[in-house]
Amino acid sequence: MRPGFDEMHDGAGAVREHYGGYDRWLQEQPPQTMQRRREEAEVIFRRVGITFAVYGGKDDPGRNGGTERLIPFDLIPRVIPAHEWRELERGLRQRVTALNRFLHDVYHGQEILKAGVVPAEQVLGNAQYRPEMQGIDVAGSVYSHIAGIDIVRAANADGSGSYYVLEDNLRVPSGVSYMLENRKMMMRLFPELFSRHRVAPVAHYPDLLLETLRSVAPASVSDPSVVVLTPGMHNSAYFEHAFLAQQMGIELVEGQDLFVRDDFVYMRTTQGPKRVDVVYRRIDDDFLDPLAFRADSTLGCAGLLAAYRAGNVTLANAIGTGVADDKSIYPFVPKMIEFYLGERPILHNVPTWVCRDADDLEHVLANLGELVVKEVHGAGGYGMLVGPAATAAEIEAFRAALKADPKRYIAQPTLALSTCPTFVESGIAPRHIDLRPFVLSGKTVQMVPGALTRVALQEGSLVVNSSQGGGTKDTWVLED
Amino acid sequence: MLSRTADHLFWMARYMERAENTARMLDVNYQMSLLPQSEQAAERGWRGLLGINEISGDFAKRHTRLTAQSVIDYMVDDASNGSSIRSCLMAARENARAVRGTLTTEVWETQNQTWLEFQRMVGDGAFQNSPGESFEWVKFRSHLSRGVTVGTMLQDEAFHFLRIGSFLERADNTARLLDVKFHSVEHDAFAGAPGSRNGSQSQSQSQGQGQGQGEGEGEGEGDNPHPAGKDIEFDFYHWSAVLRSVSAFEVYRKVYRNVIRPERVAELLILRPDMPRSLAACMHELVANLKRVANEQSKETLRLAGRLDADLQYGRIDEILATGLHAYLTQFLERVNALGAGISRDFLVPMDS
Repeated sequence: MRPGFDEMHDGAGAVREHYGGYDRWLQEQPPQTMQRRREEAEVIFRRVGITFAVYGGKDDPGRNGGTERLIPFDLIPRVIPAHEWRELERGLRQRVTALNRFLHDVYHGQEILKAGVVPAEQVLGNAQYRPEMQGIDVAGSVYSHIAGIDIVRAANADGSGSYYVLEDNLRVPSGVSYMLENRKMMMRLFPELFSRHRVAPVAHYPDLLLETLRSVAPASVSDPSVVVLTPGMHNSAYFEHAFLAQQMGIELVEGQDLFVRDDFVYMRTTQGPKRVDVVYRRIDDDFLDPLAFRADSTLGCAGLLAAYRAGNVTLANAIGTGVADDKSIYPFVPKMIEFYLGERPILHNVPTWVCRDADDLEHVLANLGELVVKEVHGAGGYGMLVGPAATAAEIEAFRAALKADPKRYIAQPTLALSTCPTFVESGIAPRHIDLRPFVLSGKTVQMVPGALTRVALQEGSLVVNSSQGGGTKDTWVLED
Repeated sequence: MLSRTADHLFWMARYMERAENTARMLDVNYQMSLLPQSEQAAERGWRGLLGINEISGDFAKRHTRLTAQSVIDYMVDDASNGSSIRSCLMAARENARAVRGTLTTEVWETQNQTWLEFQRMVGDGAFQNSPGESFEWVKFRSHLSRGVTVGTMLQDEAFHFLRIGSFLERADNTARLLDVKFHSVEHDAFAGAPGSRNGSQSQSQSQGQGQGQGEGEGEGEGDNPHPAGKDIEFDFYHWSAVLRSVSAFEVYRKVYRNVIRPERVAELLILRPDMPRSLAACMHELVANLKRVANEQSKETLRLAGRLDADLQYGRIDEILATGLHAYLTQFLERVNALGAGISRDFLVPMDS
């Protein structure tokens, strides 16, 4: 077992420099105060209605009007020193730029396939590849306007830690509202902490987002009308959809509010139809347009794809971005960076075995007990095997599944994800965390200095997803 | 603004207003039950309350005995009863949640907090242990909801649709209350064709309702001749309760400086433009807000609303009583329903592409 890496304490148990101020403050706080603050935070989150819906949840639906839960919020922030963030930000900008170039290339000249850097059949045969997008020019050649890149820090043998990109989310990444609300909550509960630290602000994210969305409107439009498209209030991320629309001061629409006439998109308003130029859609490709994709979808708008192909509306993110964040494409991202930008990748990938490859499969089958095996198309922490934590029966079940359909899986070493002190039943204890910064691509690539930190509240657990009992923390990027 | 958004706002305001009216009605009945009265009188009070809502039939299906407790349970926390406080507060909150981005943070949090708090109170048995206080709480949450709306919302379309919802609902509720209360005294002068009320106003999406039966406390007067030779004490308690249920008891005194007489109660609640829950005041506000959101197809709805407003503005209570109060109110409720349907058609139901 490799040593762990804790964000706050070094191997000898001493507090790391960038946590010094927080640690001193925490020592001054009587335990009852922190307990009271935790309760206060929960009351505020409920009153504000910062909740998420759980799929298949079953706590007395009739009486509570659905299953709304709070995502547990932990009071101890995750702190990132300025120099680490600078490096992360450079790496993220580089990576997302290359991914957008890749998407443009795939849907146009396919140079990277011709050059043999990425196997053509893995792209063109991918379920996430959308032939409808072939040859379509999108505004600014940007495909993934909002990207959420999942990053983890893992311990090295010498006790230091390194950041790795675990996953690129280029379709409809969510969680940014928690980044903003967690900060608001911390400032409300502990204003004195912020006068003692130089914490980079993140509250301007909605401004950057709106600027990004406006900058990719169809070229002929001077004052674009931008909307957020939500599946509706029963979606798990509805709070975030409503929150972002409100913060940007734009309409939150559902599919039923939109219609297409002569390849232009309109929304139904109390004053008649009104043109829509940019749709920040929080609906998956499959549900966008019943005429083009799933015919049974009631969430989208008939004719949207035709309007999009005619260049009369911008969709953010574009259709077909999944071909670049698929787990089977992930191993090739460092090569994309070199291919398109001629640069060395700043951020590392986690070493990955692609099970469609016979040699890799052999290695995976021989080492199942130590690896994490993921479904190529899985998301949300579902459909994965964490070898060291699995029972023999679970491992055998995965072995059979792997053999039956190897191309559905990839495998990675079980990383010793870094930990951060967290309030739990028994007091304060280390829990595993990850990091999701958000990268905005329009005319330029922009970020706020911050991210969503998710924490696995179960002892030893590596699964941070909110759908599986994960919580969140405020994330501080310190200024020099 | 999106038609769907306007629809949610309209219904959010209506349901909050309706919750308040249910609470008012329950409160008045509860207060009356604290006075010495016969069992039949008490039962008549609770029965009248169900009559206003036109849900006596549904109640009878679920409860074998009509008691204060069974009616309160049914009207407070029964999710199957669309007029219950639970149903109204939940519907108001769900509508608010659907458009929370359009509301100010304060408006949304008020609505959300009301719903969370209501569930807690029900869990603690508050409506059984201290009904008066709990009904008062509902009323004040509605006051707060209205106040925070007026105090924080930009006065744009969203605001106007909220106001339209409130006043339409209130007009409907006041008219229903009057109809039932005047009918229950079976007074020749008011009933028109006696016993002709068949209580089946149809409403498109909603179940409207009104306020309470019963009496309240208060000092008697009683040096006055009064019609039909009824017992003056009964009259006083009956009509003062009607007034209290719409917070108009003190207003009545101030306006008339006289003993409580049914025709003045009717005048106050129908025609007084400065009485906030009167039909005239509701229609006046409704028209003003409707004008602000007018679009190309709303001319006819606006015309109907304006005409109803003018009728109330220039109407006289002796004329109304001469036609028969019941007939008048029945017609009023029909016109209000037609307005609700018109508003839905012109603004709320998505326009055709």
